Amino acid sequence: MSFDFAFLTSGNYGALILGGVLMTFRLFASAWVLGMLIALVLVGLRGVPLKPFQWLLSLLIEYHRNVPTVVQIMVWYFGMPQILPRELRIWLNQGDTEFMFAMIALALNVSAFMAQDILSGMRAIPSTQVEAARSVGLSVLMTLRYVTLPQAIRIAVPPLVNRSLILFKDTSLAMVIGVGELTYQVRAIENLTFRSFEVFAVATGVYLSAALILMATGAVFARRFPADFRR
Amino acid sequence: MLEFSNVEKWYGDYHALDAINARVAAGEVVVVCGPSGSGKSTMIRTVNRLEPIQGGTIRVEGRDVHDRACNVNALRARIGFVFQQFNLFPHLSVRENVMLSPVKVGGLSRDAASALAAELLEKVGLAHKIDAMPANLSGGQQQRVAIARALAQRPPVLLFDEPTSALDPEMVGEVLAVMKQLAKEGMTMLVVTHEMGFARDVADRIWFMDQGRILEDTTPEAFFTAPAHPRAQRFLSDILRPHESTVPV
Amino acid sequence: MLDILHQYGTMFLIGSWPNGPIGGFAGTLILAGLGLGLSFPIAVVLGLARLSVFEPVRWAASAWVIVFRGIPLVMIIFWAYFIVPVLTGTTVPAFLTALCAIVFYESAFLAEIVRAGIQGLPRGQTEASRAAGLSYVQTMRYVVLPQALTNMLPSLVNQFVSTIKATSIVYVIGVNEVTFAAQQVNSIELTHALQTYLVLAGFYFAACYALSQLAQLLERRLTRRRLGLA
Repeated sequence: MSFDFAFLTSGNYGALILGGVLMTFRLFASAWVLGMLIALVLVGLRGVPLKPFQWLLSLLIEYHRNVPTVVQIMVWYFGMPQILPRELRIWLNQGDTEFMFAMIALALNVSAFMAQDILSGMRAIPSTQVEAARSVGLSVLMTLRYVTLPQAIRIAVPPLVNRSLILFKDTSLAMVIGVGELTYQVRAIENLTFRSFEVFAVATGVYLSAALILMATGAVFARRFPADFRR
Repeated sequence: MLEFSNVEKWYGDYHALDAINARVAAGEVVVVCGPSGSGKSTMIRTVNRLEPIQGGTIRVEGRDVHDRACNVNALRARIGFVFQQFNLFPHLSVRENVMLSPVKVGGLSRDAASALAAELLEKVGLAHKIDAMPANLSGGQQQRVAIARALAQRPPVLLFDEPTSALDPEMVGEVLAVMKQLAKEGMTMLVVTHEMGFARDVADRIWFMDQGRILEDTTPEAFFTAPAHPRAQRFLSDILRPHESTVPV
Repeated sequence: MLDILHQYGTMFLIGSWPNGPIGGFAGTLILAGLGLGLSFPIAVVLGLARLSVFEPVRWAASAWVIVFRGIPLVMIIFWAYFIVPVLTGTTVPAFLTALCAIVFYESAFLAEIVRAGIQGLPRGQTEASRAAGLSYVQTMRYVVLPQALTNMLPSLVNQFVSTIKATSIVYVIGVNEVTFAAQQVNSIELTHALQTYLVLAGFYFAACYALSQLAQLLERRLTRRRLGLA
């Protein structure tokens, strides 16, 4: 078995891989930002004291946590156009529908987990903290801002970093609907050249590097901002 | 029986044990006392190698405990250790807690070990709890089981690391009573404790430690009536007359 | 949507069995269950290795965990699809390839659960056991692992949920499980894609939600038991 990595720099293949990497990052970044925004909205909505509303919210969150990500992508891409009005469908088909539906599905998926992570962080602060804060005269909002959230964020960051890593890996699922991210390109090149090992190795290297960077970021954050406020 | 020779221990730059030289004779009861951070717990934990040492030797029954060549498990089976937090095994019943070491290390048959457990639990006053789970016992009861567990190894020496510090005040007595009984029967004991009443009544010698050093090594009478070292004097007055203390500078 | 369920329910549940290999959600559960079951012993060894006093052992186990947690399952499946026939010399059925991939993938996550379970025990347990003269192996066998495994149970159930969800991607190499069944149904019922995929989602939702609730129940029971000791 001879390994020849040079072919990757010749011809289209290098460009394909680079395109795949860029698409992966594009998908990750947009899904992450959108997901975090939705998560914050969900966290806020948890405060609304309406029972049926909370029930619906729970249903939505549980759907996105218990259904596999690739199935969620399929529901959006294959299923949604079925119920959209014809004009909207035509407008959608003009753009990059695959990317868009993949991004929406990934964003909603990750937002459900992020919302739970943030809420867990907030619930981890003992009620005695809030009691103490109110006892010295802080209002509800001030308590949230100066006492609860600073502690909750430090607790929530490790699971959020872990969730971001999972999101990065989940971008590979978009290949099933034809989004040209890294894994899609890997399969395409493999089909064209049969040089499985080299192209797998490069893709594995990219994913591992991203994973290591994310894990290192999390570790640095946990050391500089420890949850027990030792510094 | 138990001998410290020039024992030195460091935690990084912190000198935890400083030239410890002392011995416990067979049948002696020695109480170690001193302020927090004086190294008492550290010292007793070096005896069964829960903590390593950087210098000197510790000998139990003439054998160097920290010798790399010796079988640490066989050695530990000859030393009974009672922890401050009891550390009973919650997934095993009281009987099985006491039986574990004799069966797995001592090689006793399960029947012999069970009989031994019954005898020892009777001795500490918990025969009626022999099949209970640790979670259903009070702190004092758990500590007495822990003592029975240590005795099951039939050790020549028993080490106690602040055995009553984690107990509610009303349960301290029942544990001290068991320890007093053991002392009367001639057990060699090294006890780290704040219980000065026990020290005065039961100890043969008292070691007073501060900042990793043994400052006093005398009889209880000498220690309580006229301690030589000023640090010991201050310690005694803080302990025996706490309401007369002043705010430290 | 109920029509789809009514008409193709059997296909979703067990694939084309007995007229073909067992598939559908049964296939999913078999794959997930076998994957976790085979992976667990490897994970216990890895978890202990992560806590080893020997640096190279610790380092190797950490590297394994980082690699298999850092790359997507799809990549691992592609690697398995490529390597397994080369190693065995014959063509391998897709199910076995997927099973291999899942075993390696899960070993990393389970190893972390094992490690957390062991580290979650108070240090006093190991100390008391060693102080009584029990060796490292005896301590692990009679004192640490029995307690750690019970504490790990909720996390293990959650990992089973994750594995069930993860199996949804193996259809790309032709494994007969429930997502594959959904694709087949969709190719028959072309105009009812939404209903088909929502039914698919429903199967996963029912199983995973029920298991998650079980995990929460176990967690509550364990916390109550643990606090009873404090």
